[in-house]
Amino acid sequence: MTLTERAPASGAFSFFSAPRLTAAAIAALTLIPVLVVASALLDPDQEIWAHLWRYTLPELLVNTLWLALGVALGVSLIGVALAWLTAACEFPGRRFFTWALLLPLALPAYVTAFVWLGLLDFSAWLPTWLRDNWGIVRLPPVRSRGGVILVMALSLYPYVYLTARAAFQGQGRRLMEAAQSLGLGRVRGFFRVALPMARPGIVAGLSLALMETLADFGTVSVFNYNTFTTAIYKAWFSLFSLPAASQLASILIFFVLVLVLLEQMSRRQRSYALSTRGGGASARIRLTGWRAGLAAGFAGLVFLLAFAMPFTQLLVWAYRAIGGDFDTRYFAFIWHSLLLSGIGAVLVAGLALALGYAQRLQPSPGMAFTARLAAIGYALPGAVLAVGFFIPVAWLDNLMIDQIRAWTGRERGQILGGTLAVMLLAYCARFLAVGFGSVEAGLARVTRTLDEASEVLGVTGFRRLFNVHLPMLRAPLLVAMALTFVDIMKELPITLMTRPFGWDTLATRVFEMTSEGEWERAALPAVAIALVGLLPIFLLIKHSDART
Amino acid sequence: MKCRNSFKFLLSGALLLALGQVAQAAEVIVYSARNEQLIKPLFDAYTLETGVQVKFITDKEGPLMARLKAEGRNTPADILLTVDAGNLWQAAREDLLKPVDSRVLKANIPEHLRDPGNEWFGLSVRARTVIYNPNKVKAGELSTYEDLASPKWKGRLCLRTSKKVYNQSLVAMMIGEHGEEKTEQIVRGWVANLATDPLADDTKAMEAVAAGLCDVTVVNTYYFGRLMEKKPNLPLALFWPNQNLKNKAAGVHVNVSGAGVTKYAKHEREAIHLLEWLSSPKAQNLFADVNLEYPANPAIQWDATVAAWGNFKQNLINVAEAGKLQVKSVMLMDRAGYK
Repeated sequence: MTLTERAPASGAFSFFSAPRLTAAAIAALTLIPVLVVASALLDPDQEIWAHLWRYTLPELLVNTLWLALGVALGVSLIGVALAWLTAACEFPGRRFFTWALLLPLALPAYVTAFVWLGLLDFSAWLPTWLRDNWGIVRLPPVRSRGGVILVMALSLYPYVYLTARAAFQGQGRRLMEAAQSLGLGRVRGFFRVALPMARPGIVAGLSLALMETLADFGTVSVFNYNTFTTAIYKAWFSLFSLPAASQLASILIFFVLVLVLLEQMSRRQRSYALSTRGGGASARIRLTGWRAGLAAGFAGLVFLLAFAMPFTQLLVWAYRAIGGDFDTRYFAFIWHSLLLSGIGAVLVAGLALALGYAQRLQPSPGMAFTARLAAIGYALPGAVLAVGFFIPVAWLDNLMIDQIRAWTGRERGQILGGTLAVMLLAYCARFLAVGFGSVEAGLARVTRTLDEASEVLGVTGFRRLFNVHLPMLRAPLLVAMALTFVDIMKELPITLMTRPFGWDTLATRVFEMTSEGEWERAALPAVAIALVGLLPIFLLIKHSDART
Repeated sequence: MKCRNSFKFLLSGALLLALGQVAQAAEVIVYSARNEQLIKPLFDAYTLETGVQVKFITDKEGPLMARLKAEGRNTPADILLTVDAGNLWQAAREDLLKPVDSRVLKANIPEHLRDPGNEWFGLSVRARTVIYNPNKVKAGELSTYEDLASPKWKGRLCLRTSKKVYNQSLVAMMIGEHGEEKTEQIVRGWVANLATDPLADDTKAMEAVAAGLCDVTVVNTYYFGRLMEKKPNLPLALFWPNQNLKNKAAGVHVNVSGAGVTKYAKHEREAIHLLEWLSSPKAQNLFADVNLEYPANPAIQWDATVAAWGNFKQNLINVAEAGKLQVKSVMLMDRAGYK
């Protein structure tokens, strides 16, 4: 399984090959904002740095490290376990849990966090009830490192669940059969064969969860848990220093890049391709007795904590707010959200496919590096990326406006600023990672012998892409689109900064309410986000279930 | 392929929209950090009265200012509206606003609530006061913000995070009054008295007081009003601090939600007119009452709920000080371990 397969030697070695240019162009979309942000490194603000270094950074780094480790561990355990259970086993409720376990994706993590705090903090009804009736005074504090890690892990595990599940499903029957014929039991077969072979998928989901954790501001703010990203926002909003914020953000990006490259290097010599689709769907391992109970109980608990409880609370709040806040404008918000998320999802999936395919056609360390760079936008705190994107767009706009003034003497408004095109490109820069991870993992499972076989048959270039690869990539592409769709539904900083006048969305409604602390009124748009976000999740599951 | 068509359609639509943005008469464009639901009723009323359209975009102050700066002289924005003076001060410092010489605004807005250089004007007052649990604290025990640092409040104080601008401006004003050294002592005293880690918002801080986790906290009054409207039976009461001090300027710490005209406003006249209208009796009630804030114009009657909290003496030092000292204040709170 770990044979090293070499790519077919590509023809002329030239920088200006189509795949390279494609990859470079896509990477530029993310790289330009990142470079705009990183350019601040040239002009460090000594006073602010000395202050940060002395009083806040040491604690923040420790906090951030713990958070990243905790969330990584949490999402891996929950995500992989549930992925295996629903992909390879049979237990009561399996069909329901298969899709229900994706639902937490549809809730913005910071909203879930607020709901949990509202349920469990000292002044909430549950602890109050415990104090008054049972005299239980000492409860583990929710506003703590453990609390943040738990809530974030519960919000982010679906990334790993989804990608790991796709990987397990792709393995099919033969892999485990082969393992068993070699004398490995089920448990050892899982750990020695299925799990290692699913690594690209798991890593794809894990790196998304980690990047989101590192870039998160909303959730940690609810807990008042200070991380590197809270320091970035503090430097910007409180110390009025966008340069200092940008410098901090550059450091964050740099560390993420190093991590990504280390991971890349550690698996460079392996191949994860399967010779065919894996001999069809595997016969599920039928769990019985206490094992079945445990599986259903675990899936049920995760579903309850990550979705059912917070969503019920949101429904209650939304019901209370609906009389005062719901009006016909909501249809416009929903329409805007749908449109932006839909087009954004298709664009991101398309770019991810182009990038992944370019990398496959001409694999090289440089190409791999370019692809990693292109997917780095997700690790940058949203508002920082938004500003990094906005500055060059405004610059270009000003250039054009000034030229028009010089040539025609006429004043005119912005040409690019405030257009949907800019908004959608900014979404692509941010969410390329979300689509690319899935597509790349999907491509890695398509064996190169297939490419060679089709070449022998004279099927090359775009025909090969459409006739041979695309059918095999349908599942990963759908995953890419569904993930991007819900992520854009929830996205705030880019939406706020680049939306045209009047283009308010459900997410901006959440912002309008939460920015003045009206969390309960934010429940209405949050519930709407969840309901609309369910659409692609249902489609996705319907598709993936049709195959198993 | 359908997608591609609709995308083309959208692109051309966006282009048309952009073309349509060519300066038209009778509109004002506002970049606002104040919520949509707090400003839209006002702008709708203004449009109804004058026929002038008000277009606006909401976002946080930081991104809005970064946006203004990047757009430079081609910005579509005529007005920047924020919910605190610190950001307005910063906008003025970064040369994003222009001075407005308006007799109406000068007459309607008290001197300490507007920029000395006339680049921005407070439109509503946000008072930051003390909230206590009457079952555990007698009003007589309370006196000043500074007193909350005294050992008698050990383990009895709840505070919102120092990352919120309201606390930053409160401490900034204290620096202006007492100097850095003494203020740092006070803030250290607060931190030593905390019953729990700083909370994420004012409402949570009050709920902690009501639940008995602590006895006293510091919040903006409208959060108190909002919470009591929803849960009238909570054991919470409002106290106006710093009222009986010899210093004539002393009083309750106030901040403003305010606005200024952008340096490159394309509709300057209309923008000034909108600001003047917002400071007028007609608009002031709508501006403040919708969020239980205080009108900036002293001639205006307060909303009944707000009036029920009683009269109080404001701190009369110009709110611009809060902006000037904000960076110092943030650093001071970091040093004092106030998170």
